[in-house]
Amino acid sequence: MADTGFLPKEKLNTLLEALNEKFQVFVPVSEGDVVLFRRFASGVTLCLTRPANLPPKGIIFPQSETLFNVNFKKDPEDPKKTSLELKENLDFVPTIIFGGRPCDAQGFRIYDRVYLETDTPDPYYKGRREQTTIITLTCDAPSPGCFCTSVGRGPAESDGSDLMMTELEKGYFLEPITEKGKEILKDGGFEDGNTYKEQAQKAHEKVSALVKKPFAAIEGTPEKLLSLFDNNQFWEGETAKCISCGACTYLCPTCYCFNITDEQVGNTGERIRSWDACMFSHFTLEASSHNPRQNKHQRLKNRVGHKFSYYPKKYKGVIACCGCGRCIRYCPMSVDISEIVAHAQGA
Amino acid sequence: MSSIHNPYLPELGTVIKIIDETPNIKSFQVVLNNPEKMKRFTFEPGQVGQLSLFGVGESTFVINSPPTRMEYLQFSVMKAGEVTSALHELAEGDQVGVRAPLGNWFPYAQMKGKKILFIGGGIGLAPLRTLILFMLDNRADYGDITIIYGARTPNDLCYKDELKELEARQDVNMILTVDAEFPGWDKRVGLVPNVLKEIAPSPENTVAITCGPPIMIKFTLQALSALKFNDEQIITTLEKRMKCGIGICGRCNIGPVYVCKDGPVFSLTQLKALPAEL
Repeated sequence: MADTGFLPKEKLNTLLEALNEKFQVFVPVSEGDVVLFRRFASGVTLCLTRPANLPPKGIIFPQSETLFNVNFKKDPEDPKKTSLELKENLDFVPTIIFGGRPCDAQGFRIYDRVYLETDTPDPYYKGRREQTTIITLTCDAPSPGCFCTSVGRGPAESDGSDLMMTELEKGYFLEPITEKGKEILKDGGFEDGNTYKEQAQKAHEKVSALVKKPFAAIEGTPEKLLSLFDNNQFWEGETAKCISCGACTYLCPTCYCFNITDEQVGNTGERIRSWDACMFSHFTLEASSHNPRQNKHQRLKNRVGHKFSYYPKKYKGVIACCGCGRCIRYCPMSVDISEIVAHAQGA
Repeated sequence: MSSIHNPYLPELGTVIKIIDETPNIKSFQVVLNNPEKMKRFTFEPGQVGQLSLFGVGESTFVINSPPTRMEYLQFSVMKAGEVTSALHELAEGDQVGVRAPLGNWFPYAQMKGKKILFIGGGIGLAPLRTLILFMLDNRADYGDITIIYGARTPNDLCYKDELKELEARQDVNMILTVDAEFPGWDKRVGLVPNVLKEIAPSPENTVAITCGPPIMIKFTLQALSALKFNDEQIITTLEKRMKCGIGICGRCNIGPVYVCKDGPVFSLTQLKALPAEL
């Protein structure tokens, strides 16, 4: 078997149809003004010309999911007595995320260290992650706001992808990164891609050079941010525009915070996990009414700090930002995290 | 399908006894329904658990019974928010969920042979209780034990019966105080940090362990420093809003440290190395 493949453009749909037989396949689809990951179905029109507005993180880490169901059973002899039955939901379906960008796949790598590489791995995340194959499309142009090369990544960074595709004139060059990717390549009956390897490489280098560089180097940034922790003037200035709407966290491929809540209707209940955001003041509000991050500058400082200081401190210097630029592109107030980091470096 | 342990799934338990400690604090003694799991359950003094009331939610409490007395797990709950208010409505025999043990514990192994100074305020005695009882159950391992405990009024003192027993013991120096004069109260009157200054224990070969409301902690730390305790000799245990209890969900962090997993027990040296965001 060749170690790379080539897929002519007119056969893309055939590939997705074939994958759809064995997996639930998610693809980027245009809906009005936005591009979102949706289930593939015949006739669906893919949008591969720009990154999706929402990253595919919700496919592995749903915006809201039931951790377990609760059954309350009243004792017929003594109605005051209730016994309980808990049922966890740990069934997951083989899944393909197709057409995300390398930064989207790296988002899951940021998750992995927290959700998997720990003494208490998260079984929900683990279940879906193991069942999911990620086929990414390398970027052919930077999008407004993106700065992946400044955070140690790039438009063709392979870490996190199982199979990487690069669009060339007549088709896609396919490069398997992991065993899962090799399986796809093996099953696909693709033509040998090796003659296109160099062409793909050149395309990668060309785009890399076009990505904006808001700061020269990331080294020393975690320490610098920590040293600015008590500088309220700096943080109040940098966050003055922020309205604490939390959109940045919902659009972020690496933001992984969540809330856990209970619901009960009659004799059935569930414990639900939902995305949460450190931009909200309730996030850290304690029952005593004490709140360690009451002010918005403290909250945005936490978001910047988590990605560029705390996470790298915990995980061998890895920056927990993949540079996708979504929080910059879609912030209603034009807050720019790369600018804040650049200002911090110079402060 | 994943077959790993599910850290979000509580063990079912039964509340076997409820004690009214103060007008707004109740203690719940809980036994896991699965006798095998109850028998195998182990924890260290200072570790916490998530207590679930299904349909309402979960909150974090220290297991304040000691690991040397495993007939039940005790949690003391101050009525403050949604979950704690609902817990206060429980009756003996009711079902709860328990996710425990979580977090780190008091470094008691390093305290062997030392004099121990406990300084607690209000509900802050709960995490100290587990260590106090653990040390009394291993009395020979430790030197003099002094406990300074205060509350707003005599009614607000937790574990009143136990306090009497502790006062009666020859091998414990138990000092009780309340914030202001109160009819029938013939013991000390004064804020905990002030009482600490009056007693002025020597820092020599001593570890101070403190827990209480933030304002008490603040002045207690100042008083301890004035008494020449160094930061390494001062240990406290923190509270934060928590959800997952396993260092993932992101809300109890102080910089890179998660109070639920890396804490809740910290030395003052460790705390001072963290960003000031308590």
